[in-house]
Amino acid sequence: MSKLKYALYTGCTARESTPELLSSTLAVAEKLGIELVLLDEASCCGASHLQDFDEFLSLVLNARNICYAEQLGLPMVTICNTCQLNTVMTKERLDNDPEMRARVNEKLAEVGLEYKGTSSVRHFLYALIDDYGLENIREKVVKPLSHFNIAPFYGCHNIRPSHIHYKHNAAALPPEGEYHIGEGGGENLEHEQPLMSKYTGENPYAPDSLERLIEALEGKSVDYESKNKCCGFHVDLQAPKTSNALTGTALSDAIDNGADVVVTPCPLCQLNMDLKQESAGKQLGREIEVPVLHLPQMIALALGCTLEEIGLKHNVTKATGLYA
Amino acid sequence: MSNEKTQTAGATRKVTIKAFRFNAETDYLPYYKTYEMEVGKDELILDLLNRIKWEHDGSFSYRRSCRHGICGACGIKVNGKPVLSCKQNAHELIDLFGDELVFEPQSQKRAVKDMIVDKGDFWSKHAAVKPYVETEVDPHPTSETLMSPEQVENFLDADYCIQCGSCHYACPVIEVNEDYLGPAAFAAAYRFTVDPRDEAGRERLETTAELGSGVWDCVKCYECAEACPKGVNPIEKITKLHNLQFEEKVAERNVATKHAEGFVRSIKKFGYLDEQDIVLYSEGLGVVKHLSEALKMIKAGKVHPFDFAKKKMPRSKNLEEIQKLIEISKTNEL
Ligand code: SF4
Ligand code: SF4
Ligand code: SF4
Ligand code: FES
Repeated sequence: MSKLKYALYTGCTARESTPELLSSTLAVAEKLGIELVLLDEASCCGASHLQDFDEFLSLVLNARNICYAEQLGLPMVTICNTCQLNTVMTKERLDNDPEMRARVNEKLAEVGLEYKGTSSVRHFLYALIDDYGLENIREKVVKPLSHFNIAPFYGCHNIRPSHIHYKHNAAALPPEGEYHIGEGGGENLEHEQPLMSKYTGENPYAPDSLERLIEALEGKSVDYESKNKCCGFHVDLQAPKTSNALTGTALSDAIDNGADVVVTPCPLCQLNMDLKQESAGKQLGREIEVPVLHLPQMIALALGCTLEEIGLKHNVTKATGLYA
Repeated sequence: MSNEKTQTAGATRKVTIKAFRFNAETDYLPYYKTYEMEVGKDELILDLLNRIKWEHDGSFSYRRSCRHGICGACGIKVNGKPVLSCKQNAHELIDLFGDELVFEPQSQKRAVKDMIVDKGDFWSKHAAVKPYVETEVDPHPTSETLMSPEQVENFLDADYCIQCGSCHYACPVIEVNEDYLGPAAFAAAYRFTVDPRDEAGRERLETTAELGSGVWDCVKCYECAEACPKGVNPIEKITKLHNLQFEEKVAERNVATKHAEGFVRSIKKFGYLDEQDIVLYSEGLGVVKHLSEALKMIKAGKVHPFDFAKKKMPRSKNLEEIQKLIEISKTNEL
């Protein structure tokens, strides 16, 4: 297989409170032979809060991040749902609103940059499924996850609003030659077994990409209603009661349906659901205890990465037992 | 009115419909009833509701009126997806969910009879934002009130709202916080606030800025954007209200506004968000309530409490570019 290569936008969380996300992502890429170039120039995406304060500034900073991927001539991948949504919302705006693009580029020109719109922006989850291919991932599994009941938790910002994700997460890759498409299937795979319905891509009311990935790693996925609901992270400071109610309900739902472990592609969901189990449990008046993994941590377990790379010691709810 | 006549053979698909049944006056608990039918390619969900009533059970209840996607009466959920029954093609949903369709009211806890819900909370919250133009009207005007195309464009999509409640009952915060005004009310607040004829803008911005009931309690889940059959995109209007609160200096310094503004403060210093600082800065003294969680994070090596010089804090390469861009692009202050 020719080598897949992407520009990795890490976001803040992977460089700060969830170092295990970055180390496991890099370890998975290494095992699969995917090359990731870190975008060290990038800034914070604003995590959906900066835009509340200053929408224009948020567009400028996110456009600058994309510029650096464009300079490398690489498609960008993200490892956080909220980064993904903020970045593609910026891209969507600039690609369709020439006036705004001109305003943003006028600012970027002051630091010698220009947004061109040449790099696609996708979550690493979809790059793995569509470019690398589930069948190829299955072949690399050395420690099947067959003894785990895994509850997938999708996180809002990778599935809603669906039209934008469908467009960007399923974005056509640049032409071959400039960039090599894995033999994993890409578009073909998608046609055989559509990731998404014809008009929304991944069906936000019944998503299944994580189940398919879990299945490729030979784990059993847990079916539960809350898998596509919100974890409440974004109001944690101003409305902890709302946040706890949503986190607690989702986790209880997973536990009551037999989950041994929860997995999510969003580090904000992960942090929230991992850290807040005690306070959410108190509010709901029940016991809540279940390890919550980042998506690449789960893949890294199955691919036989080291304990250090998987970084289970950084998970708040004890997860080291998952490594056998 | 039988649908069979209009259907061409072969174009129909067999579906099993599981419908939520409940009569608040006689039933203790709701239950589901199953109906099997062949569904033609042009049939709408409203046609299927009609067929349950006409062909199976005359007591089956649901709301509908205009049959043209404009009265907002016929919203229900199909397999969890909010739809306007009179606009939603059934085959499209079969493509999406398979041949078992589950019909449920928009909100089960507000169900009165089958698909019919008590929308009282929706209407009172909608009314709370003054969803109309407030102004002194000259009874004998000598000229029309003119509006530029740009001014209209500004609120046109928000104006398409038909108060169907799809977004409101898809919103998770509505379920857990009874004060929360909700996406439809916010979209209406925005629509009238930016109407150049209106004079109650400031009042609406103040109402929607309140902690507990206002826009700062939105969890940003985008359920409302996904649910709206009219493309109103309520969360986008919520973002605009946030920005207007700062522009019009309505925003008060509180944990939520400081949190939003704190991002600029952090990005200026590091390029990245200083996750520790933003909590300290937003909460002020209130930070003590995060103590037990902070300890857990320290134990897991997620934060570095004694790193006063911020040596462990990552910094973006070419930070001076970011600082310059903030300087020349920022539009709002707190
Ligand atoms: S689930 Fe919560 S933290 Fe994750 S993307 Fe959605 S709102 Fe953000
Ligand atoms: S984005 Fe906000 S208003 Fe919309 S459904 Fe979610 S919490 Fe409710
Ligand atoms: S915003 Fe859309 S979903 Fe919400 S009430 Fe109006 S039309 Fe219905
Ligand atoms: S019946 Fe009026 S909107 Fe559907």
